[in-house]
Amino acid sequence: MKVKYFAWVRERVGKAEETIEPPATVHTVEELIAWLSGRSEAYAYAFEKPKVIRAAIDHAHVKSDAAIAGAREIAFFPPMTGG
Amino acid sequence: MTSPVTPCPVTIRIQQDDFDIAREIAVLTGSRTDIGAVVSFCGICRADEGSAKISALTLEHYPGMAEEEIQRRADEATSRWPLNGVTIIHRVGRFIPGQNIVLVLTASQHRQAAFQAAEFLMDYLKTNAPFWKKEESASGTGWVEAQARDDEAAARWTRS
Repeated sequence: MKVKYFAWVRERVGKAEETIEPPATVHTVEELIAWLSGRSEAYAYAFEKPKVIRAAIDHAHVKSDAAIAGAREIAFFPPMTGG
Repeated sequence: MTSPVTPCPVTIRIQQDDFDIAREIAVLTGSRTDIGAVVSFCGICRADEGSAKISALTLEHYPGMAEEEIQRRADEATSRWPLNGVTIIHRVGRFIPGQNIVLVLTASQHRQAAFQAAEFLMDYLKTNAPFWKKEESASGTGWVEAQARDDEAAARWTRS
């Protein structure tokens, strides 16, 4: 699946998007964040406060317990500050 | 109140270029004579943020999702209020104080629906549309933090 990062999450991870293949044991957004955090210090820094991170699956907001099965694109970003 | 069977065109644009409010209102109303109220909200880059002086603001967005999220909110607005037209333009890029950032236009037969829908749309744009602001000031650059008061403003529209 494709993963996108925005704002300071993107800056901390060091890339805007990538394709990942998480193990089958990763079922939810929350578990995906935990798995990503274990990849490197940069990811751990980006996701150091997982409750602050917002997520979207296929362009729609989701909660941290949302299932990632079948997702084409998952995005992680800080709380939004538009308008 | 009569049922809202009048056409309600919705225009959503995310662009770098500036917008002309008068022109957008003219496009929205056109030659129609059923519109009795147009409310416009224009968000502008502000120099003062608390005690800090902002020299510039950079707006980043999530292409694709931003348009879809705004469309979902616009659809909700048109189902909740008898609107005759909605225009939402959000700019992205780097702005200096005084420059336009966002425009929301709502048209209706009467002012109440137009006022409420404009406020509803702005409250959601602030908290749910995937845009992020980065500030530049004398002390450096930093991402703008979300405000609890914006979340509270958006929450009051949630139907129980």
